[in-house]
Amino acid sequence: MRHFVAVLFAVAAAAAPVTVIQNATILTITKGTVKNGSIVIRDGKIAEVGDKVSAPAGAQIIDAGGQFVMPGIIDCHSHIAAESINEGSVSVSSMVGIEDVLNSEDIAIYRALAGGVTTANILHGSANSIGGKCSVIKTRWGKDASGLIFEGSTPGIKFALGENPKRSGASTIPGMRARYPATRMGVEDVIREAFNDAKVYQASWRVYREKVKRHENAIPPRRDLKLEPLVEVLEGKRFVHAHCYRADEILMLLRVADDYGFKIRTLQHVLEGYKVAKEIAAHGAGASTFSDWWSYKIEAYDAIPFNAAIMTRKGVLVSLNSDDAELMRRLNTEAAKTLKYGGLSETEALSLITINPAKQLAVDTRVGSIEVGKDADLAIFDKHPLSNYAKVQKVLIDGTVYFDRDKEQSEQVQKDARKKALIEKEKQQQRDEAPRRPAGAPARRPA
Amino acid sequence: MTKVIGLTLACACLAVAEAPSAVAIKDARIVPVSGPVIEKGTVVIRDGLIEAVGPSVTIAPDVWVVDGTGLTVYPGLIDALSTLGLPDMAPPAAPAPARGAGGRTAAAVAATLGPNAPPPSRGPEDRPATTSWAKAEDLIQTSDRRIGTFRNGGFTTAATFPNKGIFAGQGAIVDLAGEKPGQMVVAGPVGQYVSMSTSGSFGNFPGSLMGTIAYIRQVYLDAGQYKAARSMYAKNARGLARPEYDRTLEGIIESPRVLLPANRTVEMVRMIRFANELKQPFVLYGGNEAYRSADLLKQANAPVLVDLKWPEKSRDGDPDEVETHRTLELRAKAPSGPSELAKAGVRFAFYTGGLTTPKETMRAVKKAMDAGLKQEDALRAMTLSPAEIYGVADRLGSIEKGKIANLVVTNGDLFHDKTVVKYVFVDGVKFEPVEEPAPTTPRTREGQ
Repeated sequence: MRHFVAVLFAVAAAAAPVTVIQNATILTITKGTVKNGSIVIRDGKIAEVGDKVSAPAGAQIIDAGGQFVMPGIIDCHSHIAAESINEGSVSVSSMVGIEDVLNSEDIAIYRALAGGVTTANILHGSANSIGGKCSVIKTRWGKDASGLIFEGSTPGIKFALGENPKRSGASTIPGMRARYPATRMGVEDVIREAFNDAKVYQASWRVYREKVKRHENAIPPRRDLKLEPLVEVLEGKRFVHAHCYRADEILMLLRVADDYGFKIRTLQHVLEGYKVAKEIAAHGAGASTFSDWWSYKIEAYDAIPFNAAIMTRKGVLVSLNSDDAELMRRLNTEAAKTLKYGGLSETEALSLITINPAKQLAVDTRVGSIEVGKDADLAIFDKHPLSNYAKVQKVLIDGTVYFDRDKEQSEQVQKDARKKALIEKEKQQQRDEAPRRPAGAPARRPA
Repeated sequence: MTKVIGLTLACACLAVAEAPSAVAIKDARIVPVSGPVIEKGTVVIRDGLIEAVGPSVTIAPDVWVVDGTGLTVYPGLIDALSTLGLPDMAPPAAPAPARGAGGRTAAAVAATLGPNAPPPSRGPEDRPATTSWAKAEDLIQTSDRRIGTFRNGGFTTAATFPNKGIFAGQGAIVDLAGEKPGQMVVAGPVGQYVSMSTSGSFGNFPGSLMGTIAYIRQVYLDAGQYKAARSMYAKNARGLARPEYDRTLEGIIESPRVLLPANRTVEMVRMIRFANELKQPFVLYGGNEAYRSADLLKQANAPVLVDLKWPEKSRDGDPDEVETHRTLELRAKAPSGPSELAKAGVRFAFYTGGLTTPKETMRAVKKAMDAGLKQEDALRAMTLSPAEIYGVADRLGSIEKGKIANLVVTNGDLFHDKTVVKYVFVDGVKFEPVEEPAPTTPRTREGQ
């Protein structure tokens, strides 16, 4: 019987890989807005977009009448879905990586999904001048760790400047050695030293390969997991995502990168980016910032809510990030703030959480806009997503519905009942086992 | 007071140990595990080995005969992950608690700062929390009082591992009797005990789970390179820099398999992937969430050591805390894990984990049986399966001719709580467990 059911499912899946979202306002981001339009999804990809599409008979229909469809939201800076964030014991922790500790059962994934987020850059923390390796994931709730990975995405690494890596504000436990660096100068030194080491390491492999070519007796160099990612940075195979705040440290990092011949892919937080936007644009770095969060620490005093808009106007590729599991669920309203502060257009505002972060992560051929051929990663809102009354109704990733508000709400009753039953069962079990406990319960002793 | 009783017990056990060269248990019910039950048969033991077993066995005149009428003979029980014989090691550090893992413990802080603490580690090169070269067979102490306690409960063998640190050291299969440590060792080294422990601090590498994983990965890479460099140097030393001797890597290379902690499904997925990446034969230990992971374990062909200390509600917890559905489900379903593993055909064995007495252990096994585990599968998980997992099934784990004479003889069903262990044979030596002293408060009065 079980086999029979499985076969039925297989047939169903094979026969109807087509889904059609109908009657929606489609915010494509890159190709304008389609009123009362439809999206045809075939094999997880967007096959057609427009007011007239050819929906095949038997396709699964999602009626989105009166609703808004936008590309799945992309968060360029998140720390969800990981069981550890900071390897803070060393100033250079490039040997560690988020991929090793992905937690596919972190409920924050589902909550982010319910906020319309379909892709996220999961970063190491900011405790080190050079931190650990990062992973780009899709919020495929229910898949295991490898199922979360955004296949084909470019690996990244976290750098951090300023107060966090220098740790001047950190209380030291008596007897514990303070960690170098203690100043912004030291942060620069740590980064330069690490890349000096990486270049020596890179050369040692070159020498070994040449020896092998000449058939000489040679022992291969020891593989160094700390330096390998830095060689990848030098070779342009790994993106640098650098946590930073102040204009001076931003310029410092861009200079270091120029000296060693690599690029900073994104500046993260970059609260004083508006002061050095031209230099950032000239380097080609992207900027991933907060909408209006400031003065929470000394290096954040000069932050302004116009940051995203000013950098955009100066030609910087800008995105808005959450850095936080809760904020992650409402990035659409974060984007909306840039209409007020800086006067970005609706499309520009939505670009900050869709196509721009997609470009920053180099996944823009796959996601970030609603275009034929791209992954069907879509968020359906009941109202315009820039309205603070808008609620996510459904979220699709690769054409599969991963979040459905109606289904979630209708299942809640059963979930509560199951939970209540578990609590009751445990209580019952405790009552059953109680009399068997060793003597010592005074109430049961004969007087 | 407890000390005195313990000593008396230990002495009593020694006193009843007898060593005739040959013993036969006649007319007993025999459960060989490797084959069908013999309702009435005989087991003959000679010079520490099983000489014969079957329904009709001719008993030579020089054999001591034990009347087995009304008795059942099982293979000696094996604790599949233990510290028996290593009194300095606490009960095996349970892999990180299934929920809410992380955070540093007072012990971790003390280890970082104490006067005898090693200097803080600044990276993988400092080989933090590593004693991979330590071998259980070199560390065994016959004086460990727990040996007698567990033997009285029918345990004849333990897979004993050092358990402190990330690479804690190498385990051995030890028999739970012997006057000298060397007599106890059946096989070793049988594996490297790895834990995902961290310093939990910003001053000492590794301070995080990903740091620990990166460290382990670097050590295995180093071991591979070390092996290659040494063999190259051995072949032709001329013109080559001499590879430095590294005891950490020697310990890694010697270990035939690695034991990795995995309680949650997420951890199982992670560790299976990690072991495959390292290209190491592996065994998972923990298994709290086996009830929802049997298929993936089967698919990965991963053997599992299941911790018999089932997750419990913390006694010190906030009574008003609203627990998650997952936590509630874990506690309700963990004991059903073994039956799911058996159904899926996953090779698994039981270990005592944090349990300190054989009685508690058997009670925990009973819980798994109440949750659907068949008795024969439970018995196998404490006999032949651990022997197979550690590659010693040619000498342990079942009642077969030529195997080591480790047996437990009871007056009934091993898993029944009224059953009494009458004799335990370890390497052919007979022990008669001493009755535990009666509880100070007479039980009979309780019911009145």
